Amino acid sequence: MSETLTASAAVHHEADDHAHPTVTGISNEKLAMWLFLGTECMLFGGLISTYMLYKNRPVGSGEGVAGVEGLAGSPTRVSELFDIPFTSASSFVLLASSLTMVFAVSSAMRKDQARMRLWLVTTAVLGGVFVGGQIYEFTAFVKEGLGFTSNVAASAFFTLTGFHGVHVTLGILMLLFTAGLSLRGRLPDSKAEAVEIVGLYWHFVDVVWILIFTVVYLIK
Amino acid sequence: MALIEARTPLAIGTGEPARSNPSGVFARPTTAQTGWKSWLTSVDHKKVGIMYGIGALFFFFVGGFEALLIRAQLAQPGSRLLSADVYNQVYTMHGVTMVFFFVMPMAAAFINYLLPLQIGARDVAFPRLNAFSFWCWLGAAIFFNSSWFLGGGADGGWFAYPPNTSVTYSPGHGMDFYVFGLAIAGISSLVSSINLIVTVINLRAPGMTWFKVPVFTWMALVTQFLLAFSLPVITVALFLLGFDRNFGSQFFDAAHGGDPLLWQHLFWIFGHPEVYIIILPSFGIISEIIPVFSRKPIFGYPFMVFSGIAIAFMGFGVWAHHMFASGMGPMSVMAFSLATMFIAVPTGVKVLNWVATLYGGKLSFKAPMVWAVGTVAMFTIGGLSGITHSIAPVDYQHTDTYHIVGHFHYVIFGGGVLGLFAGAYFWWPKVFGWMLGDRMGKVHFAFTLIGLNMTFGAMHILGLQGMARRYFTYSDYQGFGFWNLIASIGAFAMGFGALLFAANVWLSYRKHKANPVELGPDPWDARSLEWMVPSPTPEYNFSEIPEIAELDEFWHRKYGHDEDHRAVRIAATEDVAQKPGATGIHLPSPSYWPIVLAAGLPLLAYGVMFHKERYSGEYTAWAIGVGLLGVIVIVAAIFGWVMEPSTDPEADGGHHDHDHDPADPSAAALEAPAEAEESGTAELAEGEPVAALAGSGAQASATSNEETTGE
Repeated sequence: MSETLTASAAVHHEADDHAHPTVTGISNEKLAMWLFLGTECMLFGGLISTYMLYKNRPVGSGEGVAGVEGLAGSPTRVSELFDIPFTSASSFVLLASSLTMVFAVSSAMRKDQARMRLWLVTTAVLGGVFVGGQIYEFTAFVKEGLGFTSNVAASAFFTLTGFHGVHVTLGILMLLFTAGLSLRGRLPDSKAEAVEIVGLYWHFVDVVWILIFTVVYLIK
Repeated sequence: MALIEARTPLAIGTGEPARSNPSGVFARPTTAQTGWKSWLTSVDHKKVGIMYGIGALFFFFVGGFEALLIRAQLAQPGSRLLSADVYNQVYTMHGVTMVFFFVMPMAAAFINYLLPLQIGARDVAFPRLNAFSFWCWLGAAIFFNSSWFLGGGADGGWFAYPPNTSVTYSPGHGMDFYVFGLAIAGISSLVSSINLIVTVINLRAPGMTWFKVPVFTWMALVTQFLLAFSLPVITVALFLLGFDRNFGSQFFDAAHGGDPLLWQHLFWIFGHPEVYIIILPSFGIISEIIPVFSRKPIFGYPFMVFSGIAIAFMGFGVWAHHMFASGMGPMSVMAFSLATMFIAVPTGVKVLNWVATLYGGKLSFKAPMVWAVGTVAMFTIGGLSGITHSIAPVDYQHTDTYHIVGHFHYVIFGGGVLGLFAGAYFWWPKVFGWMLGDRMGKVHFAFTLIGLNMTFGAMHILGLQGMARRYFTYSDYQGFGFWNLIASIGAFAMGFGALLFAANVWLSYRKHKANPVELGPDPWDARSLEWMVPSPTPEYNFSEIPEIAELDEFWHRKYGHDEDHRAVRIAATEDVAQKPGATGIHLPSPSYWPIVLAAGLPLLAYGVMFHKERYSGEYTAWAIGVGLLGVIVIVAAIFGWVMEPSTDPEADGGHHDHDHDPADPSAAALEAPAEAEESGTAELAEGEPVAALAGSGAQASATSNEETTGE
């Protein structure tokens, strides 16, 4: 082995005792989650664009430029069925869950695992309320006669919000799983960053909902 | 041999008591290094890379066979070798197979194998995810090609424009195989891209700043960013088409107000970056080869890097040049036309830099160099005809003719595939420890080059004569016969070339077995870090992680400069290269979960696509059963995966072989180092607790105090 190699490596070894194990100092897991969320932006970007393109289609005959007589599909627009006060309430619940998630991460950082579990479960329950609200909303729409295949706007709406709902559901499972690991003593403090990473995902899902709520529900 | 390792646990150690059976379903696979089972559970980036390479080569021959079927059909006017329906399937399957199941995984093979080596790492950031990417890709490839046996292949062209791909016009299940096959392949590539980006960002060797990263790794990194941000878009498109075809939505049905143009936009927002995903790894490969065989550093390294980045950024802004003829309006056409002209600039910078690297170099035309120079020339032809297409009025004439087919084959085959073969000849000795025959490699090149120009050159002329793509035949009076015959002869010449490659592999292997020659780590007198380690690469890659001071670090350890700035050798290769036989390096443990999780996805896809009879609308019990089985497998695998620490806390060294059979010759070859490990790890056992290495992303501290004092 060459002299220079050994010497420089030894120097590095000394420095390494204090340095973080990755080049950036950010753990691989956290960096991967950030990247994943970046890719998720493109996914939701595609879905939101699809809804924006289709939200007024098909319109009844004579209305607007796209109003072509004889287009198949239900003339009801999905936006006519929105219950804004109800969805506002469930959106507020989801937003509140971001706050409880922050408390969970903060407890994890303070190595207070009992309180962390409490906040994780609270977050999951709030998320569950939101998903429940979405299921209620979907059922109400179907009862009004607007199902997944009724027209392209409905298909786009159900696809977009459905994808978001699946994301929230997966987030709930991750929260409960993390709390369960902690309960069984398998989430040592050295791994507390896992809570933060789940938190990143959860906040992202919330932010996406703010966008969806604004773009889909509030803007006419 | 000094003891390498005495290290404190890393920040993200497994931190939990050892469990040999953490999920309650499977025991941890034994860490045997040999035998077929070790390949199924391996998480070693080198084994994953080799498996990618073998799989991709297999599908190269599948896709090549399909190509020859097409050319056989078109060789004569009015041919009835294939029916129109089968022809549609063959050209669609050819395109999809070549793009997604040959070029991309072949590039992934190189990237997986070389990227950690070039940055001085022992593995990727997430070794199990890496193995999952491969198995998931293989599952997608098998799933997609199983369509031949389950009612016929996809028949809507590789870009699958609706309404042509709606149930009305494509009632079979071929396009469902396309939709779900690409979705699964997309999961594989997405996971892999995140993994590799994190690897390059986080696991570079000490001292390797961004502008000391080799060009190949840079281009690989850029490719992964392109994948990460383009794949989600096609995933949306595939879901929409899948819903249309299987669940009765009308996203692309104009009769319901749906918009077929939406598919085109979503597809090409992915599809154009995909062109660069195909070409950039090849650019990276030849940027490594040309300096080595010119004995000069790459000309304008920062320009090479920034032009690659520029191509990636601009590559997201030119997608609609595939859609000039779709009637999207003059403003859009003009904007995308200009953007397309601009993207030629960074690409041209690269071509000029390769030429400038060759200029004044001491050129030696070994097989890899011949292929690399061929890549530059052929890509330039394809690139120039590409620029003509950026002029929309010209493009209106070319759209959907053979001129386009000729153009993109010059780019993808001439630029992409030639570069991949260049890389195969270049890195073969590093991967397998023996050389491919040089002369046969050049004969392979000659057949490929002549065949490629005959086939795709002729296609340019056919396109200008007005021959449309995708038609299964043509009439005698159209006058396409002559150039089609030339194109077909060229295609068979390329096919023969591909067989020569297979023969070369076989004959060179035989020659190596009969008379093994010790190659040494650095047969080409090359520049980057992968040539510093023994050939074939040991499982732990580097016995010591090198400290990086220069771009082309290995070269600078071998060569210095005299007063006239001429390179002079300052050290023998053997002195600066690493010695085999490190001990006590903890590698990520093998795992069953990647292959199990990957097996679940195609099952789910079969379930979804066959869940209902297309016409009667009756549910099919078996398909729903298969789909549910897929769901159970996926959920179980994810659970098992999460519960399994990435490094087995009980393993005392990842590459440590417990019970290999001494009669097995390949195991016997490993005997000596394995024994050395035994003693090394025994010493370790009393020292520090076992630390996870690659799974938790260590910048490994290269030596221990013992070693320093030992010397």
